[in-house]
Amino acid sequence: MTRRQILDLYFMDARWKLIDLAAFIDRVERAEGEEDFRMQAFRTALLELSKGNKERAKQVLLAFSDPTTQPIAKAMGKGAVGAYKKTDSN
Amino acid sequence: MRYIEPHAHMVSRVTDDYLQMLTAGCAAICEPAFWAGFDRSSADGFYDYFCQLTEHEPKRAAKFGLPHFCWLCINPKESENLELANDVLTLIPQFLERPTVLGIGEIGLNKNSRNEMTVLEKHVDLAARHNQLILVHTPHLEDKLKGTRLIVDLIKSDQRIQPGRVIIDHVEEHTVQLVLDAGMWAGMTLYPESKCSPARAIDMVEMYGNERIWMNCACDWGVSDPLAVPKTALEMRKRGHNAAAIDKLVYQNPLRFLSQCPKFKLAEQ
Ligand SMILES: [Zn+2]
Repeated sequence: MTRRQILDLYFMDARWKLIDLAAFIDRVERAEGEEDFRMQAFRTALLELSKGNKERAKQVLLAFSDPTTQPIAKAMGKGAVGAYKKTDSN
Repeated sequence: MRYIEPHAHMVSRVTDDYLQMLTAGCAAICEPAFWAGFDRSSADGFYDYFCQLTEHEPKRAAKFGLPHFCWLCINPKESENLELANDVLTLIPQFLERPTVLGIGEIGLNKNSRNEMTVLEKHVDLAARHNQLILVHTPHLEDKLKGTRLIVDLIKSDQRIQPGRVIIDHVEEHTVQLVLDAGMWAGMTLYPESKCSPARAIDMVEMYGNERIWMNCACDWGVSDPLAVPKTALEMRKRGHNAAAIDKLVYQNPLRFLSQCPKFKLAEQ
């Protein structure tokens, strides 16, 4: 497909998602209290979009990922929260 | 259109979903054993679940002329409890000869813990001893990259396992290459929020090729779509992929991998 065809197919959807993203950041910043590690990872990931790297989706995923390599001692629950939180034990 | 759904948790779905999938062109459904959304209190719960997967669910699918196959294991979300995991591992061999069991799965990791690794290793050993195919669940979100690396390394270190008989599921842009480089198959799961969108799945096929890769919906008790594969096939058409390319991804590829188990047969074959 040409770049024009890709734009025809996905531009409106991406535009909608970008505005939603902007509104999300505004909403977070309007709210009381401190940000946590999730928003810090989010801001790091956002920077990946303007770096000119051709693998932006991969870089965004890496920005949210646990970079460690050893198994953890014990699973303290089942869920994942979407961003890696560095703790004393890792 | 024809397609194979290689990963769907039909025990969590209503019968109408079978009808919808059949109408959309589904030729077979494969159901890996997974977490029920709550922890089972004993191995007896798994025994009943394995009976459901190997007896009841194939009958339910057969009412629509759909072949139903399954994979057996204790899933990684319940693998932190080693005693329970060992009890369930002892149960599995008696089910492996059943006519619709394709292999061991979906095994893998959830939080990348030591106990999960121990149980994964035991499942891989079980698969090797019984010459079974392996289907692997990779962790979610921030745990996926590390978990995928640990899983691929562990399986590669077992010389008895041929990489081409292993599918690593739920790959995303940061894990697909390492799975393919290891000679294993990669599964892309079309699931809202935590996994892959149709557009991104098609991007990955365009970027990494369509040789050892398939798509699945992994529909379960969560927000998920049993028709995600045929819907993505329609989006492939919009993206300019021809009918043969779509057929390869949604039908020929799963057929090629799954046919490594002689029990996998489609109705028209
Ligand atoms: Zn699953």
